[in-house]
Amino acid sequence: MSSPTSSRDGTPVVLRRAPRASAEHVDRTYPLWFHIPGGVIYLVLFIVPTVFSFYFAFTRWTLFKATFIGFDNFVLFFNEPGLIGSLRNTLVYGFLTSGLKVVLGMLLAVVLSAPIIARGYLRSVTFFPVLVSAVGVGLTFQVLLDPFNGVVNKAITAVTGGDGPGWLTDPNIALLSVVGIDVWKGIGLATLIYIAGIAAIPNEYFEAARVDGASSWQVFRNIILPLSFPATSTVIILSLIGGLRSFDLIWTTTQGGPGFASDVVASVIYKQYQAGFYGLSTAGNVILFVVVTAIIYPLSRWLNSKETAL
Amino acid sequence: MSFRKRVPVALAAGLAGVLALSACTAGSLGTSSSSGGPASAAANVTITLLTDNSDQTAKPAQAMIDAFNATNAGVTVKLETRAQGTDGDNVVKTKLATGDMADVFQYNSGSLFQALDPAKNIVPLTDEALMGNVQDAFKSSVTAGGQVYGVPFGQAMGGGILYNKKVFADLGLQVPKTWAEFMANNAKIKAAGIDPVIQTYGETWTSQLFVLADFHNVTAAQPDWAEKYTANQAKYVDEPAIKGFQRLEEVKKAGYLNKDFASAKLTQGLQKLVKGTGAQYPMLTFAVSAYTGMSDDAAANIGFFAQPGDDAASYGLTAWSPGALYIPTTTTGDKLAAAKKFLAWVATPEACDAQSKAITPTGPYMIKGATLPDGLPTAVTDLKAFIDDGNNSPALEFLSPIKGPNLEKITVEVGSGITSAADGAKRYDEDVKKQAQQLGLEGW
Repeated sequence: MSSPTSSRDGTPVVLRRAPRASAEHVDRTYPLWFHIPGGVIYLVLFIVPTVFSFYFAFTRWTLFKATFIGFDNFVLFFNEPGLIGSLRNTLVYGFLTSGLKVVLGMLLAVVLSAPIIARGYLRSVTFFPVLVSAVGVGLTFQVLLDPFNGVVNKAITAVTGGDGPGWLTDPNIALLSVVGIDVWKGIGLATLIYIAGIAAIPNEYFEAARVDGASSWQVFRNIILPLSFPATSTVIILSLIGGLRSFDLIWTTTQGGPGFASDVVASVIYKQYQAGFYGLSTAGNVILFVVVTAIIYPLSRWLNSKETAL
Repeated sequence: MSFRKRVPVALAAGLAGVLALSACTAGSLGTSSSSGGPASAAANVTITLLTDNSDQTAKPAQAMIDAFNATNAGVTVKLETRAQGTDGDNVVKTKLATGDMADVFQYNSGSLFQALDPAKNIVPLTDEALMGNVQDAFKSSVTAGGQVYGVPFGQAMGGGILYNKKVFADLGLQVPKTWAEFMANNAKIKAAGIDPVIQTYGETWTSQLFVLADFHNVTAAQPDWAEKYTANQAKYVDEPAIKGFQRLEEVKKAGYLNKDFASAKLTQGLQKLVKGTGAQYPMLTFAVSAYTGMSDDAAANIGFFAQPGDDAASYGLTAWSPGALYIPTTTTGDKLAAAKKFLAWVATPEACDAQSKAITPTGPYMIKGATLPDGLPTAVTDLKAFIDDGNNSPALEFLSPIKGPNLEKITVEVGSGITSAADGAKRYDEDVKKQAQQLGLEGW
């Protein structure tokens, strides 16, 4: 603590008070009133609504009055085929988008890190979809993927002569189509993180490998893949959280349909809210919160432990 | 130095803004109530009417307001609009719950109205003189706990099947009186290379018609069905109510739907009907105003018939009441008096005439003495015949407060062949249970 190298943010004040207990040291650095504005905002806009929502999850709530009904909302949520199916869809959606973003993002990053023509331009093009709002992307793809008037199926018809698939209207592939759109939209960010990760690998490793006569595959397998692991864990965590909570893209493309074929937990929650089942929809939010936490927390711990072991 | 100076300036600017805002509200209130004295009787009271933003609602509402403002000194009405559909439902509920509702608001009658907790949120109009001008048939759809709460706005609608008369004439078909005749017609239409039944699941609500418009046939078979349904004693999985789901399944299985049924939208469906590439479209008659402009002969060429059931003897229409105007309990004092004056005028034939001028009526008014203009589209005269004959029953949503929110998703599933009619009906019974519990009904 008192060693000069560890006190990075060391001001003369900190150095003079260094022997004191660390909690007190933090208190003394910023007076209490300095914390109050942030604390109040956090309390009013985050803690209070969170506590209230946990309470309302146990009520039948019409906005006009709330009746306490214990765990009924949760029982209902898990008994309904539509709701439980949405939980499965959420997991499929989250893990598929995350996995595809990791694999494709890594491959794109390797290509875009190599000295190729128009590299800067290609990097920009890869990143552009990230800048567009999900609602805009959803509505655009709804038009592009229209089974009879959309550009995609018109192209398919022109080439094969037959009708193309109903991308967003066939219950068997609707969810996968949305996964595809999500990957198209999100891949730029994953690629960006990977490019940074690959650029951070010291050049000596590549030089040593070249001296030893390693092939491109061996360089990828033994240098890029293990040494870009911090990037991989960031991409996994970010895309998995995004995928599990995903709503905007699904709502603008299929609205969870046809029927309930592409419903995820977030879209079911929204529909309960639309229907005026405010208690049930709050219970759904609590379930989503628990599910996301239960998956992300251990995963993040595990990835972090691997990272430090590296 | 300059920074320290700027902070008080910004604060002052902010404060001034806040003051200006509060002054503004105080001022607009002041014109009506706080001026006091004998002058206040002549002072002008401004009230706001909140409606949904569809052309079918906002246009006639504006026309009616203009006519009212021109003839009634002392009260000025202003129009404000909100979103439609389920988003609009939430706007209305939130505004009522927070006491932020406009002085008068337009909303559905029937089951959606029941979900607003009328006893707590809406001013009853039972004893007002204006109720004498409202048709008795309408009153039950805005009645809760023995009190009547709304004044009808707009026209009654029918749920049934719009059809292309030219296609029927070319193929020598008659309007069917039974489901068997309907299916026999479909076979002939398909053989002629025309899509017999148009479905448009790109807009999911359009998928509900075969189920909802079948309700006349349900009541014909079992008159107390709605009552038992509300009491958790009658279910959609059983006869006679399951027929609606089965009919939806039947037309799909027989291959009678248009090829793009899964993605087409309402406008595309109406275009097919007007062009004659599709022969019949299950729809509510409010859609009439949407197709009359599509071609010169559309208004004359598209007819309407009620959804046929098993028995030709009980053939009749499932009818929808129009929405209504309500006064929230937050409207008080001068504004309440002004709001009642406005509603009293809405319940007159003149108000109906003003609406008719703004948009083609798609059904009869529910105001006594109101008439429809001449030269109406064929589908509207067809609909009017059912209502004038008394050959109709109200739709389920006007007899029971329960309507499950997921019906349109379930009918898409059944209508696309994803699930069977029996499974769909079972699923809908589950869905309805949530609504009944939310409303706190007995027996659920």
